[in-house]
Amino acid sequence: MKNHAELSEVFNKDEQRVNWHDETLWFVRQKRDKATHQIPDWEELREAASQIKHNVLSDLGNYLEQFEKNAVNNGIRVHWAVDAQEHNKIVHSILKRHGISQMVKSKSMLTEECHLNHYLEDKGINVVDSDLGELIVQLAKEPPSHIVLPCIHKKKEEIGDIFHEHLGSAKGEADPQILTETARIHLRNTFLSRRAALTGVNFAVAETGEFVVCTNEGNADMGAHLSDVHIASMGIEKLIPKRKDLGVFLRLLTRSATGQPITTYSSHFKRPRPGQEMHIILVDNGRSVQLGREDFRNSLKCIRCGACMNTCPVYRRSGGHSYHTAVAGPIGSILAPNLDMKQYADLPFASTLCGSCSNVCPVKIDIHEQLYKWRQVIVKEGYGDKKKAAAMQAMAYTLSSPKVYRLAGKAGRWVMKHTPFAVNNPLNPWYKQRDMPEAPKESFGEWYAKNRG
Amino acid sequence: MTTRDKILADVRRNQPPLVAAPDLAVWEAKAQAKASLLETFATVAGNVGSRVVLVDSIADLKSHLIIPPDSRVLTSLPQLLDIAKDAALFANNAPHEMENVELAILQAEFGVAENSALWVTEKQMGTRVLPFICQHLALVVKSADIVPDMHAAYLRTQGSDHGFAAFIAGPSKTADIEQSLVLGAHGPRSLVIFVLTS
Repeated sequence: MKNHAELSEVFNKDEQRVNWHDETLWFVRQKRDKATHQIPDWEELREAASQIKHNVLSDLGNYLEQFEKNAVNNGIRVHWAVDAQEHNKIVHSILKRHGISQMVKSKSMLTEECHLNHYLEDKGINVVDSDLGELIVQLAKEPPSHIVLPCIHKKKEEIGDIFHEHLGSAKGEADPQILTETARIHLRNTFLSRRAALTGVNFAVAETGEFVVCTNEGNADMGAHLSDVHIASMGIEKLIPKRKDLGVFLRLLTRSATGQPITTYSSHFKRPRPGQEMHIILVDNGRSVQLGREDFRNSLKCIRCGACMNTCPVYRRSGGHSYHTAVAGPIGSILAPNLDMKQYADLPFASTLCGSCSNVCPVKIDIHEQLYKWRQVIVKEGYGDKKKAAAMQAMAYTLSSPKVYRLAGKAGRWVMKHTPFAVNNPLNPWYKQRDMPEAPKESFGEWYAKNRG
Repeated sequence: MTTRDKILADVRRNQPPLVAAPDLAVWEAKAQAKASLLETFATVAGNVGSRVVLVDSIADLKSHLIIPPDSRVLTSLPQLLDIAKDAALFANNAPHEMENVELAILQAEFGVAENSALWVTEKQMGTRVLPFICQHLALVVKSADIVPDMHAAYLRTQGSDHGFAAFIAGPSKTADIEQSLVLGAHGPRSLVIFVLTS
């Protein structure tokens, strides 16, 4: 299994693509800035959102019960899943009961986290992702690389090739307008012929038992309203106490995500339409454990806007796939180690700790501080990088003795001057994408002793 | 122990001490100067790809719609039944029957100035899928029914009860291919908002 640094190298092979990726995401970040500056009390709004989420986390047990009660009263069937496996089983059992073998899905990062598509495909159920970006990566047999912009790592020519192969668009066609139209026609047939639709949930309201799904494309609504069975999957942290809290979150979500004032559609599902079945699956999958980690529980406030990814200097240059987890970027790097500390031990180190993520987060999660804290936990638990640990020990020894320190400096300067190949080679990570500086003739200490001593 | 009880027990064991939620009354009290509401609404609507047309009456809006011959039009406004040969009043029909609707003209309950979103409830949709499946959508809102922001919007919906309702802001869109904006992803290719000024 390759780690973040190794996977970044794969992405970094194409320098032009990296530059495009970097600039495009930074442009999205700038759009976010422009949108937020139009709200004079933006900072207070972030604070309010953070406090609402704090209240949710501190009373989550009661809110879950309240939501369940109200949703059931509304005619929605509520299921509980302790982990990904149970979630997938529930989805499959609902489909099986109806004899359904084809399902259309709108964006749900939770189902990515649960690897639902693979599970259902193994059971002979065909799943079509209907968000355009998700459809593209699904056809390319790849996971999404960004939670809001799933195929931001792909160029339009590559998408044209994929559509030519799978959807029959003209060879060499790479015009976004024409490719989108191709997908529109293809998916319209899908929406009209699927009896089951699965959607994600952006917010679930404890007070009313309703849930809100936000999209720009309208794909969640096309799927849900044309289906006999609507399944909505949500993490238990997606709850908010009251309906009016949506006022705070809908103002923040899309301005932070893409710089839009709101998504095209903010759909409020409260009751199934007559004759329709509506299901909600409440999924834990490690969230209750994270809730118990005092230093990391704030990560559960996340509303999945992706602002931390768009601003992150590491994410922009390493690509979403380098994080080898469903939710990439800074927020993913503090969520993933909770699920598997060993497998994701590299992620909290994939950061410069510059703090930009925390500054743009609409619910004020202290992301970069949690990255730093995860590093300490990971090293303490013995999952740290062994080479790095040895190097740090050597460094500590060198810095603790003036004699050794001076000798090491001298040796270093000698090596760089007389045997530059010893450092100017691919084994030295500092040499990659960089030229090593010319070594000075003497250290400052030596110069001082000679001239001022 | 059921999964439900296990999750609830795990959550209760691990949740931090109770912290009160903030009072949002302060946000509800903040409202922009009323005079600029329509102007803000129209500017933002234009930015997200909607077309805003100010009209004096429902009959007035007919001249602003170009309807290709033989296209199916559904509306909730009886005054508009003569707008096309195949125009009909909407009803709560089977969703798949809406597949070939070219244009839907529906009443919105209110609009929101800060983001140009319009609140459309199930009652005003007739069939839930209609405002999403039609090729083009027209929404009608009274200028007096434009509220400043989302806090005011949810205050306004307080006490109402709808099986389904949505804020709709602009035509369906995507920028998933290289961030190039394309209007008409899966839903309507255009949204025209008629603001009744009288």
